[in-house]
Amino acid sequence: MKEMSYKEMGLLEQEYEQIIEILGRQPNYLELGIFAVMWSEHCGYKNSRPLLRNFPTEGPQVIQGPGENAGVVDIGDGQALVFKIESHNHPSAIEPYQGAATGVGGIVRDIFTMGARPIASLNSLRFGNLDDERVKQLFSGVVAGIGDYGNCLGIPTVGGEVYFNPAYQGNPLVNAMCVGLVNKEEIAYATASETGSPLMLVGARTGRDGIHGATFASEELSETSQEKRPSVQVGDPFMEKLLIEACLELIKEDLVAGMQDLGAAGLTSSIAEAASKKGRGVIVDVSWVPRRETGMIPYEIMLSESQERMLIVPREGQEGRISEIFDKWGLDATVIGEVTDDGMFKVFEGDVLVGAVPIEALTEGCPVYVREGIEPPYYREYRDFNIDDLPECDAGEALSKLLASPNIASKKWVYTQYDHQVMTNSSIVPGDADAAVLRVKGHQKGVALATDCNGRMVYLDPYQGGMMAVCEGARNLACVGARPLALTNCLNFGSPENPHIYWQMQEAIKGMSKAAKVLGTPVVSGNVSLYNETADGAIFPTPVVGMVGILKDIDQRCQMAFQDEGDLIVLLGRPREELGGSEYLFVCHGIEKGAVPELDLAEEHNLIELLVSIIEAGLVKSCHDISDGGLAATLAESSIKGSTGFNVDLDFKGIRRDKILFSEAPSRAVISLDEKDLAAVKNASVQQGIEISLLGRVGGTSMIINDQGIELVNLAVQDAAKTWGEAIECHMK
Amino acid sequence: MLKANIYVTLKNGVLDPQGEAVKKSLKVLDYGQVEEVRIGKFIEVWLEGDDRESALKELEEMSDKLLANPVIEDYRVEIVEVN
Amino acid sequence: MKFGVVVFPGSNCDADCYHVVKEVMNQQVEYIWHKENTVDGFDALILPGGFSYGDYLRTGSIARFSPIMPSVIDFADRGGLVIGICNGFQILLEAGLLPGAMLRNSSLKFICKSVYLKINRADTPFTNRLKVDHVIRIPIAHGEGNYFCDENTLQSLKDNGQILFSYCGADGEESPEFNPNGSLANIAGISNLKGNILGMMPHPERCSEEILGGRDGFYIFDSMINWLKEVGK
Repeated sequence: MKEMSYKEMGLLEQEYEQIIEILGRQPNYLELGIFAVMWSEHCGYKNSRPLLRNFPTEGPQVIQGPGENAGVVDIGDGQALVFKIESHNHPSAIEPYQGAATGVGGIVRDIFTMGARPIASLNSLRFGNLDDERVKQLFSGVVAGIGDYGNCLGIPTVGGEVYFNPAYQGNPLVNAMCVGLVNKEEIAYATASETGSPLMLVGARTGRDGIHGATFASEELSETSQEKRPSVQVGDPFMEKLLIEACLELIKEDLVAGMQDLGAAGLTSSIAEAASKKGRGVIVDVSWVPRRETGMIPYEIMLSESQERMLIVPREGQEGRISEIFDKWGLDATVIGEVTDDGMFKVFEGDVLVGAVPIEALTEGCPVYVREGIEPPYYREYRDFNIDDLPECDAGEALSKLLASPNIASKKWVYTQYDHQVMTNSSIVPGDADAAVLRVKGHQKGVALATDCNGRMVYLDPYQGGMMAVCEGARNLACVGARPLALTNCLNFGSPENPHIYWQMQEAIKGMSKAAKVLGTPVVSGNVSLYNETADGAIFPTPVVGMVGILKDIDQRCQMAFQDEGDLIVLLGRPREELGGSEYLFVCHGIEKGAVPELDLAEEHNLIELLVSIIEAGLVKSCHDISDGGLAATLAESSIKGSTGFNVDLDFKGIRRDKILFSEAPSRAVISLDEKDLAAVKNASVQQGIEISLLGRVGGTSMIINDQGIELVNLAVQDAAKTWGEAIECHMK
Repeated sequence: MLKANIYVTLKNGVLDPQGEAVKKSLKVLDYGQVEEVRIGKFIEVWLEGDDRESALKELEEMSDKLLANPVIEDYRVEIVEVN
Repeated sequence: MKFGVVVFPGSNCDADCYHVVKEVMNQQVEYIWHKENTVDGFDALILPGGFSYGDYLRTGSIARFSPIMPSVIDFADRGGLVIGICNGFQILLEAGLLPGAMLRNSSLKFICKSVYLKINRADTPFTNRLKVDHVIRIPIAHGEGNYFCDENTLQSLKDNGQILFSYCGADGEESPEFNPNGSLANIAGISNLKGNILGMMPHPERCSEEILGGRDGFYIFDSMINWLKEVGK
């Protein structure tokens, strides 16, 4: 067998020296492998930890912040939401179907490991240019993989986002989020094991899949043919479904002291986690681990990332009952080791000790690097780009083009492949509003969920863009009438060793932290995915935000579709003219530059308060925030969803019309309402200090936008609906 | 030990959307001579013992009962010896 | 009235059916684990949607050999009401309780959306609260709902009025355009000759409450309850 050097495993020379110092000797191959995976960015956050400390993580609603398998927030009535988002970018780039499917499997395990019933999935996807054949394959493979896995589990996929940009050409992003519901007293934690407790492994048998994740080519590991050593993990959603049901039964009966899923770094990291309580150690005998293949060495068994496996630490004397429950679900549980009190992680193969390392060195001992970010030259250059030198496009043509852009067009092609209604809680389904809304059976409240990030904005200005991502998430929830509670994030960046990329990370996290503080939505869980780059360069920095919130009264939930002829259309927030980073510049001018629109966090906060209060009061008939495509696209989408036209008259005050129509400046929303409620909405706006302007009325069969009587846009709703509704499908034919 | 190869194929006349899609792709890849593509399942079963005749009988029973659906599928069993 | 919801490993609409029967229809309901071997005491059985045994090999093919199935078959033979929804329909086909088989959707994709169904009969245990030629809106969510049978079987399904629901447009027009999955003759749901067994791909349990966007599915459960009451008299 050809062994990998420490460098090939991703360790630096100084880290190797550190390991020798810790052990007082050279590590053997297994020990080296254990250190390498535990000290990887994915497990140890060695490049991002100092930056992550900026995030606000506390609040009265927070039951569990970062550090566990997922974050937990209180939603009243003795209930809590458990949620997290995680990346599976590299596996999906190699094998889109299985990569995306196992991404869903992994995040779902994180949720039920905490004792929560998974109730919804979301996903945030980024691909290259949709005209490219390889991109189409990736896109359709990822969507099918997410769908098939989640559909089989019976967890509705209720929301998310998809963006296409050349920046993701060779490196797609596949971020999966899962949300679970749990009774507060049933929340399960990972690290509760006592000395002498057995460690039980349950679920799929262990194979050679995914050793060292996707970072390393498995061929280098292999002395035999590649056929015997698949590096791509293959998901088995049926096995996962059985694990969900069985594990939730164990928790209901209070049979486990600790539970841990096997994700990145497989047995190694889950065992280290299960024994991470101060002073605890662990012994494990690899010969007891049920295997799928013959001839596996301890190194392979300990580092395998075979999917659908769980590690259980039973409460004393409960092994029998646990086995009964697993038996009922047709699962085999095997004892593979036990918790000790010597602080050591010892691996045996039968009687032979094949590796021993101190546990603390693996977790707390992980090196941390504080790097220095350097502002990249593009930042000022692009920021100072003068948009006024560009010609102004015809408003109607530009709007049609924008509606056909895959970034704005309906994502129907995607979400009809996801079962978004199973569990019968989906009260707002994908495509109908800015956030998904689920009912909580037996209660009047509702849960709202959304994911957001505009990578282009973050690229042009990481600080502003980071704030925007958080604000858009919170605003999207407010647009359905939900109060934002907390967030999870998936920080997708290029190589942190590049000071320009590190600067993007630094600035984005600073911006996100500030916004999260002002909006009162702490960060309770997350994941970091670095080194997202190819020979052509790094991806747009893409810190995806997954936001959860609560509606007081689900019957007041608000969708984006215009409702009735004659309803007033009102803009909440200031008319804005900044075009920097907009989809309009990209689609109509082929430019991705300009100063990112300014964002006033206090204004955003007030807008959110205003939206929630007027929706709760039942004053609003439709609500849609202004984002991709600007005011014009927002109006068009509400019109298409409502199958009714509109007629608005804007006062451009001599400003270039494309600026007013297509600016993606934040902190704004378009609502429609019954005329009789205008006074009340005006009052509420004044109270929150939010500017309000009457734009026009719902009705007719055309989308009509006037500049003080002069017609700028006149599109038949039916035609626009076809353009918008079928754009992605047309690409995929 | 015996090993059986079982080929489960769609009956003639049953539409095979998967086969149609593959046929189209092959045409796109310029394999103009492709007339028809049908996709089926290939199942391997290992059995104890070496009595081919009784094994064949059992395998056919398995195929009728579970491995193939007689409403839409045909099957063919092949037995090979292995050590 | 007591309903039983049969739970196979991999069923995932079991809780949804249970919820509707109990909370919306206000009837008694219990889960029946697939390893049980009796359905005594139940007035009607629901085989719910999901991916029983992962739908590996073929949809429904392994579930139909579950220990509970002989009792389900016996219950149906004695005239008991059995409704198979989605994966439940696929299991009924594999078990031979209904004729035909399922193929992959013609698009080769899983499809989750609301479709329109035309009601072809209103004198059955499952449709007596609906009206002939009325159109209902109801969600589908499946990868293999492309119903297939041979010509003779199709003819007898038609002759005997066993096609209870067909896919159609909002105004009731039956054409390939409104067929979401390639199903033969736009078939969305069929019954057995006696009329006490229904298999349907769409999910009535997902549209029995206004909060989920519609309650057309309510009338299918209500029909069953109504029929059981009438027969009970």
